Amino acid sequence: MRLWRMNLLVLSAYAIIGGLVVVLYGQSATIGSIDWDWEFTRNEVLPRLIQVVPITIQATFLGFGIAVVLGLVLAIGRLSKNVWISRPVTEVIEFVRGTPLLVQIFFLFFILPDYGIVLPAFLTGVLALGLHYSTYCSEVYRAGLENIPRGQWEAAIALNLGPLRTFKDIIVPQAIPPIVPALGNYLIAMFKDTPLLSFIAVVEIMQEAKIIGSEWYVFREPITIVGLFFLLMSVVAAIGVRRLEAWFRVRRH
Amino acid sequence: MKRHYIFLILILSFFAGLAVASFAGFKDFLPALLRGSVVTIKLTVMAYIVALVLAFAAGLAKLSPLWSIRWLAIGYIEIFRGTSSLVQLFWIFFVLPEFGIMLEPMQAGVLALGLNVGAYGAEVVRAAVLAVPREQYEVTTALNFSRAMALRRIILPQAIVAMIPTWGNLFIELLKGTALVSVITLTDLTFAAYQLNQSVLKTMEIFGLALVIYYFMAQVSRIATSALEERLGQGLSRGRA
Repeated sequence: MRLWRMNLLVLSAYAIIGGLVVVLYGQSATIGSIDWDWEFTRNEVLPRLIQVVPITIQATFLGFGIAVVLGLVLAIGRLSKNVWISRPVTEVIEFVRGTPLLVQIFFLFFILPDYGIVLPAFLTGVLALGLHYSTYCSEVYRAGLENIPRGQWEAAIALNLGPLRTFKDIIVPQAIPPIVPALGNYLIAMFKDTPLLSFIAVVEIMQEAKIIGSEWYVFREPITIVGLFFLLMSVVAAIGVRRLEAWFRVRRH
Repeated sequence: MKRHYIFLILILSFFAGLAVASFAGFKDFLPALLRGSVVTIKLTVMAYIVALVLAFAAGLAKLSPLWSIRWLAIGYIEIFRGTSSLVQLFWIFFVLPEFGIMLEPMQAGVLALGLNVGAYGAEVVRAAVLAVPREQYEVTTALNFSRAMALRRIILPQAIVAMIPTWGNLFIELLKGTALVSVITLTDLTFAAYQLNQSVLKTMEIFGLALVIYYFMAQVSRIATSALEERLGQGLSRGRA
């Protein structure tokens, strides 16, 4: 009985998909063709997109560098025992996390020159990416540090270890395994947010695809290739993060 | 009770802020920003509904015993989590017409954002269902519940309470995600601010105010989420820490 019902579900799902495909194909046959232009892809789209891949990668890693360092500063500020430090830092983190990255990019892009700081669009974008993700990173650090059992701190005091030794030899080695994969996930998220730099005319992969599209009046190939590029990179990176997690788990036991 | 006061204070301070803003000469650009906010809210709410439906469908499908359904769900989740949401928006609005599917900007925005957040939500649903203690499943077997009934009566009510905070976070992520819709010709809060900045050139005030409005909306959703969590969590003996 149960099996029968599940089979019905599968069949109806396939029927819906099949119907959609037929309808879409029927429409496309009358309105346009769904031919994928391989020659255009090979001769024009791919070479031009590959040329700007380094810009996307650079933006990701530069931004991530800022995020990792600034995130640590924010985390230390938030965990500070001085309320006059921890409260404002907490508010800043919440504010940056609660507002869109794109508005922050625009904000920096238009505000910085008013204060005499004239940066190329690329650097402004990287700075905004780094600032935005530093708040996420700071939460990762905080969670990692707070998850360490209180007994570890107490044991360090009982053994008369100095604050530096406690931190270096007791706390950090235990905090790293949960922190690293979480940072890896934010690296992937940040990579997927680099197309936002196209809004301030940084020619990264998305902007180049748009330029190709507007030159040839066809967006199908360039944009799809960009999508596939991100999909491929994120899937590979996600597998890497999973490996890393497993590696830490094995090492700990 | 305390939460109601917070709400009241928030709303009052918002209007106080508006009053201050209008005295400070903000009234030239405030109406445009508020019009943009309406588009942002509309998009967020509609896309959230799409995301909820898709997330439950895909999250449960990923737990299906049938590999065909499972792979369908995995395909959807990986594609929409693995690509950039800007690329998805652009693809749905500019590339789908080349395949013969025309969408209004609003439809495309709701669809793209809903599909994107739905993929993230599917993992949340799946994790919450799996986190329901094993005995609960065994009990439904012992009581001879059908799979569907066990899910509806025993598993989902517990899973839903557990996933409320994450859904609250996803709402804020979605709210922030709507800032990209200017690329499909919609004038949301971000684009309204951008346009004003081109004409009025009061960058600090305009973008500052836009950020504050976004933050305000995020805070309201945060408060609503924790109120909902408290409300639905009543009467449940919680197994989680």
